[in-house]
Amino acid sequence: MTLLSMRGIGKSFLGVPVLSGIDLDATAGEVHAVVGENGAGKSTLMKILAGVHVPDRGTIEIDGAPVAFGHPLDAQRAGVAIIYQEFNLLPERTVADNVFLGREPRRRGLVDRAAMEEETRRLLGELGESSFGPRDLVRRLSVAQRQVVEIAKALSIDARIIVMDEPTASLAEHEVELLYALVGRLRRRGMAVLYISHRLREVFDLAQRVTVLKDGARVTTVPTAEVGPAELVRLMVGRELHDYFPPRAAPGDIGEVKLSVRGGGNRKLRDIDLELRAGEITGLAGLQGSGRTELAKALFGAEPFTVGSMTPYRPRSVRQGVAAGIGLVTEDRKGEGLALRQSVRDNALLVTRSRARRGHGAGVKSLLEEVRLSPADPEREVRYLSGGNQQKVVLAKWMTVAPAVLLLDEPTRGVDVGAKAAIHDLIRRLAKDGMSILMISSELPELIGMSDRVLVMRDGRIAGALPGGSSEEAIMSVAAGQGAPA
Amino acid sequence: MSGHGPPPVPTGERRADGGPPPGRRAGRPDGPRRTRAGRPAAGVLKEIDPTKAVYVALAATLLGGWLLVAIDGGDFLTTETIVGIQQRSAALGIVAVGQTLAILAGSLDLSVAYLISLSSLVAAEVMAGRDGAILPAVGAVLAVSALVGLVNGTLITRLRVHAFIATLGTALILRGVIDHFYDGPAGSVPVSFQSLGYDRIGPVPVAALLWAAVAVAAWVLLRRTRTGHRIYAVGGDPEVARLSGVRTGRVVVLTHVLCSVCAGIAGLLLAARLGAGAPTVGTDGGYDLESIAAVVLGGTALAGGRGGVAGTVGGVLLLAVLDSVFNQLEVNSFFKDVVRGVVIVAAVAVYALRGRKRRAA
Amino acid sequence: MKRTIPILVVLAALLAAMAVVNPFFLEPAGFLAFVKRAAPLVILAAGQYFVIVSGEFDLSVGSLVTVEVVVAARLIDGQESATWWVLLLLVAIGALVGLVNGLVTTLLSVPSFITTLGMLLILSGAVFLWTGGAPRGALSQAFRVFGRGDLGPVPWSVVILVVVAAAAVLLMRADFGKRLMATGDNDRAAALSGVRVARTRILAFVLSGLAAAVAGILLGGFAGVSAQVGQGLEFSAITAVVLGGVVLGGGRGSVVAAMAGAFSLEALFALLNLYGISGPLEYTVQGVIIIAAVAAGAAQFPSRLRAST
Repeated sequence: MTLLSMRGIGKSFLGVPVLSGIDLDATAGEVHAVVGENGAGKSTLMKILAGVHVPDRGTIEIDGAPVAFGHPLDAQRAGVAIIYQEFNLLPERTVADNVFLGREPRRRGLVDRAAMEEETRRLLGELGESSFGPRDLVRRLSVAQRQVVEIAKALSIDARIIVMDEPTASLAEHEVELLYALVGRLRRRGMAVLYISHRLREVFDLAQRVTVLKDGARVTTVPTAEVGPAELVRLMVGRELHDYFPPRAAPGDIGEVKLSVRGGGNRKLRDIDLELRAGEITGLAGLQGSGRTELAKALFGAEPFTVGSMTPYRPRSVRQGVAAGIGLVTEDRKGEGLALRQSVRDNALLVTRSRARRGHGAGVKSLLEEVRLSPADPEREVRYLSGGNQQKVVLAKWMTVAPAVLLLDEPTRGVDVGAKAAIHDLIRRLAKDGMSILMISSELPELIGMSDRVLVMRDGRIAGALPGGSSEEAIMSVAAGQGAPA
Repeated sequence: MSGHGPPPVPTGERRADGGPPPGRRAGRPDGPRRTRAGRPAAGVLKEIDPTKAVYVALAATLLGGWLLVAIDGGDFLTTETIVGIQQRSAALGIVAVGQTLAILAGSLDLSVAYLISLSSLVAAEVMAGRDGAILPAVGAVLAVSALVGLVNGTLITRLRVHAFIATLGTALILRGVIDHFYDGPAGSVPVSFQSLGYDRIGPVPVAALLWAAVAVAAWVLLRRTRTGHRIYAVGGDPEVARLSGVRTGRVVVLTHVLCSVCAGIAGLLLAARLGAGAPTVGTDGGYDLESIAAVVLGGTALAGGRGGVAGTVGGVLLLAVLDSVFNQLEVNSFFKDVVRGVVIVAAVAVYALRGRKRRAA
Repeated sequence: MKRTIPILVVLAALLAAMAVVNPFFLEPAGFLAFVKRAAPLVILAAGQYFVIVSGEFDLSVGSLVTVEVVVAARLIDGQESATWWVLLLLVAIGALVGLVNGLVTTLLSVPSFITTLGMLLILSGAVFLWTGGAPRGALSQAFRVFGRGDLGPVPWSVVILVVVAAAAVLLMRADFGKRLMATGDNDRAAALSGVRVARTRILAFVLSGLAAAVAGILLGGFAGVSAQVGQGLEFSAITAVVLGGVVLGGGRGSVVAAMAGAFSLEALFALLNLYGISGPLEYTVQGVIIIAAVAAGAAQFPSRLRAST
């Protein structure tokens, strides 16, 4: 029985078409995966279904009746719930408040808190959750617990169509298992689950059908039983996937130790031993929450080590880190990397300007050419640039001070394929010129392709060191510690 | 904080770059507003609940005031002082309750002082000393103030004018109108209506009862109605509220209407006290900034989404008790302003410490 | 720079309208008289701009101006010889008040709205506590010359204004200005690039305090000693800055536009006077224009601080 049917959905933002002629349907009791590359339009499509965006063209039918959503409320009333990757919860409110936000049960006109808490408790029980209760403040919950709250919220509106946007992106391994069980329950309740993920294993584990989007159009919809992972990747990318990475460093390219840590630790890290050498790209792998970002921030001085020794310098603040010749490209480009409303020039020069040195400014133009910013217009406001170009500006910002050590946290996240290759080349060139580079990436093929050696983190420590060119399986087995992570 | 990056797949992505960013606030609600990169948080303070803190401070002030006055040879907790404290706080209290609603929704209202003046004038002019005109006058005041709130709310939500500027603009407009038509007290309030300002039941002035009623109504609204929950949601994170199906614009408009109505009620009360309408009664009392100060003193976050009426009531009482102590000690009135300024800033600094501690956890 | 254009067009139109109504305005003397009258607010707007662009508010400048004037009158008390050390003291008071505002806001994490509101109460209370309720004393001739005297054909206040304006523009072009903009735009990114965010913001408050000191010196000479001299100036200054297209919340707008906003506000008042709309209705017109200007700006550049609909 077809529960949802979207036909010919089209949408443009500021004249740029993002979706065109998309068809998607889902039946009751089905898990339908939606996959596609960055910018393929998955999130936009789901936001249209959730009433966040209004489509320019196309129709949506639920249970055969046409619907038009002008506001998320309309979608909710029609039985559509969406669970975003960035949680939509109010940290200062209780679990029950969040679950029933805007739809609190009432008795004689007033919110019936008892009923609300009782119902929340029932929903949590149904989801097999007993580690927290309806009265707990959301800010005290873990990421996985918050996801359960989101799902409880979806159940509470009697949603029949649930959209999950990358639900496992921030879950630990054992939490993913719980999510699988949850999705199974939802299915058995006769709901349709639209499951967005780029983890192909989950797609094959959970979904009965998969729709592939590419460049805002639908490539195909196929039963998962009739397609293999390699085939699916080919459909998503539109070509056989064989990434090109610049050649690794030759033994002679790797020079002296630029930074070394012995027994480093702080609130989130312990027993960190590590050496970073000139000319070398050190990859840093690990699962979500294993401490990769924390390690980069400790080396940089943003969240310094509290124990252990670090030579030649041990920065205790960002300024000391910068002065010591350490640079950090953060994973959150917009939140931590750029002042979006300032020009390319002002962003590129921010690090130099934060120090008392003079004599900069002349080289901005050539620097922008060096990072292949296109167009290399230094007066443009950074917010108007693509993700790839923005990242090049962040890199240029650090290149102005030629740091001895450059820490890169997910340097190609949200960057399109072409810019990705340019950034890879640039990183290798910087290493060749003698910079010491630590690169964090959640994309193992990238990490393997770029790194001269790979360190793997688990539970706040470095669990293993592997040579360049190690297999994904080898890295994952160290990252997961054979058994389930604690 | 950590890399919530997804493990291995050929095409790693976190979010499709298809649409424009969802226009979230600059900081996540539980994120630090101000960066302290590189400074490990070293909070040793226990987590303080600001609402409780303000009552502890209130009790301490009462005790301290009683001691000081006793040393001075006086008697602090007389019926007279208690009534005085209630009288003094009623008008500010009513305005502050309204201001609480606007601030909780992530807005604020700088126009209340002039609206209070205008309301007192409307009340006294319509009544013109006649008992029979009391009801129409109250109706007129409520209508005028609701209209002003509607304008404020609409400017903020529809025309997207920053609340600071929108309500400042409204304040200037009201000021111009008031000053153009009046240069002194006008109208007159019948004796029967003046009882609102002066009568009391036992030790409790009618004005204080009115304040209590307004506060309880706001408390019920916030705690026990859907609208109240939505106010917290909109102030906590407008994007979350919207995605949860809340029509955020309406909520903001409603809080402004209620805030303005509260200012109107305060205007009625002051008209009853003065026996006439006065063009400067609102500004002389400094009700705009002082009401905001009382709300913040009560532990409501200026950014919205956290706090409540109970704290505001405590904040208003604290200011009134301070006033009363100073009066009894016959301290120079200008010294009171200085102490007030220090108390407000210090209180918020203490609450901010709590926030910092929590972020570190 | 392109965001500066709208307010310059508005200013040009207002000035042209003034010239039409009152041809005296086209003569150097008439024009300079206007600039002289506008100078204190323009200087305050420049100071407020630094604070606003860093993402904060300074509500204490109005009472600070009053403090400056009242303190000057009391300490000088008509003695010419006291002028110079009092001037120095006034500048120091301005800087100190700004410093305290900045320290409390950054190091104690108190929202600047509250910090400077507290400072407003403290300053106005303290100054009258000290003077016993009403301003006393008198300014010296040498002091008043800044507010009402001339240097050759040009009023002193115009000279001072030009110096302040040039300094403000240079500051915003220097590294400090860039750091300030980055801090107001995204303080996390600025801090992670090595910018001392707290120090930068503190300096912005100090500049605002200094601007208030200078404005106080000019106003004392121009308008004389009264307890109301600074009343409401904080809102006028914020209004002027916002009128110049500078966005509350930080990181956007130019100091030239902020000062042009202040000139426009003064031109508007002057124009209303010329058209016979004087007194109270000025406020009404001012209110309408501010809201309209900001609404027009918001229509072009959606503000991130608004409550979404």
